[in-house]
Amino acid sequence: MEPKRPDTDKIDVSYVAHLARLHLSDEETQLFQQQLEDIVGYVRKIGTLDTGDIEPTSHACAVENVFREDTVRPGLERADVLRNAPSSAHEQFIVPKIVE
Amino acid sequence: MSVDVACMTFCEALRLLEEEACSSEELVQALLDRIRDRDPDLHAYIDVNEGDALEQARTADRARAAGASGRLLGAPIAVKDILNVRGQPCTCASQILSGYRALYDATAIRKLREEGAVFVGRTNMDEFAMGSSTENSALGVTRNPADLERVPGGSSGGSAAAVAGREALAALGTDTGGSIRQPAAFCGCVGLKPSYGRVSRYGLVAFASSLDQIGPITHDVRDAALLLEVLAGHDPYDSTSVDLPVPAYAQQLDGDLAGVRIGLPREYFIEGLGETIRACVLAAVDTCRDRGAEIVDVSLPHTEYAIAAYYVIATAEASANLARYDGVRYGFRADGARDPIEMYGKTRASGFGAEVKRRIILGTYVLSSGYYDAYYLSAQKVRTLIRRDFEESFEKCDVLVTPTTPTPAYRIGEKTDDPLEMYMGDVFTATANLAGIPGLSLPCGETAEGLPVGLQILGPAFKEENVLRVAYAYEQARGA
Repeated sequence: MEPKRPDTDKIDVSYVAHLARLHLSDEETQLFQQQLEDIVGYVRKIGTLDTGDIEPTSHACAVENVFREDTVRPGLERADVLRNAPSSAHEQFIVPKIVE
Repeated sequence: MSVDVACMTFCEALRLLEEEACSSEELVQALLDRIRDRDPDLHAYIDVNEGDALEQARTADRARAAGASGRLLGAPIAVKDILNVRGQPCTCASQILSGYRALYDATAIRKLREEGAVFVGRTNMDEFAMGSSTENSALGVTRNPADLERVPGGSSGGSAAAVAGREALAALGTDTGGSIRQPAAFCGCVGLKPSYGRVSRYGLVAFASSLDQIGPITHDVRDAALLLEVLAGHDPYDSTSVDLPVPAYAQQLDGDLAGVRIGLPREYFIEGLGETIRACVLAAVDTCRDRGAEIVDVSLPHTEYAIAAYYVIATAEASANLARYDGVRYGFRADGARDPIEMYGKTRASGFGAEVKRRIILGTYVLSSGYYDAYYLSAQKVRTLIRRDFEESFEKCDVLVTPTTPTPAYRIGEKTDDPLEMYMGDVFTATANLAGIPGLSLPCGETAEGLPVGLQILGPAFKEENVLRVAYAYEQARGA
């Protein structure tokens, strides 16, 4: 089976940064565009190997079905958690308005 | 009484404490004095709370007086700023976590604490463990004690510099593509990456969840073996940790190499390898041969694809793991956002450094629609091939020996303009993370400029005892 290769190694940094919620400056976008094109160009070499029948490895040492009993255990204290928050009130995190 | 912390190993300090030749408070005070004296040059530490360290030391002394006997009672350990230690800052050397204080102990920390260890300070690192030189820290550059104009390596550069610079008796680091072994090689100390799943990752800030491991950075192999014994073990809080018994690693070191088969993978001794490094490593192999080891030629044919596979997998996993840094619940939040999406975008753009942003973008790209198969899935298949290469070679040998790095420590600023060139430095170390096998680096010589050269020993998964045994025997033979 032929390995599937992308048609182009042209990564669109502006678009991907938007997906990743990174509001880059124009300078950064330009710098990263060049650097990442080089890097993507390099990593494409994995597409040159014929790995047709090979099983992918997601974990070097796979463990399966790691379960525990569904019993309640103590978690973190809310007051402690909120202490690290940039903005909090009424036992909640405060953020800019989401819905008009 | 003044304790000479610059001349002792971690185990030697433990002996002094057990014999009550000095107290933990005296030992920790001596170390803090040394840090105050030396760290302005090295900047290995980014946070040292002297009052807290001394209070922990006094607690250990009181516990000893009351009959307590932890294996590490009263001994100081430095911690890479990526592990949660309850009540202490945990910034991962990033602006985006400035002000964050850990709410719980990582399991690795809890295990050391239960044996009485004292946590003396937090060491510098590349931001979110992304880097090979500690130049990506948002909190300043760490210098290599062997040459202050050169990098200590990364991402655990602070931990390695602290140990090699004698500002720490032992330190914790983490290793995802070489971040314990490479700085240990550059600075001239011992660094051990356990098998994946050997040490719990609970409380370790995640970079790449299928590659990360916590491990010790120490002066010698015995210290590393002891710390591994304490750190290792199954943890119900980390479902990737394995339920296997932990051998008494520190008791199995006998210096004997008779009958041990050492494999030399030809792909790690290629053209581009520095001549001095090649000579030092091959001389080390000769030393092992003289001590009774059998040297075997092996091949790991998929080595050349490792860096590419690593940078696809690691960045993909990082893009997911770093999605949580959004200014909502902890750390830095950018001002002036009109809605949450803008808040995320501005917070992450200014809170993260350049290398972190590059890797998030690369990782997002390789997972994105239309590219997943060609990059991420392909990389996972390459990973299988790399793992198989190791498994086949371990049928012919008990350990593999290689150089840890292709070059010695380079100058600060020398590689910061070329990320890809920096990535190539991981060529000998990233394979072990992909395969999940253990690896250790220890010093085996110096270049003409006095820069340390590291010898890497790799073993089969969950056979750290093989690695430690060979490392110890070589270390003894070399007369370290």
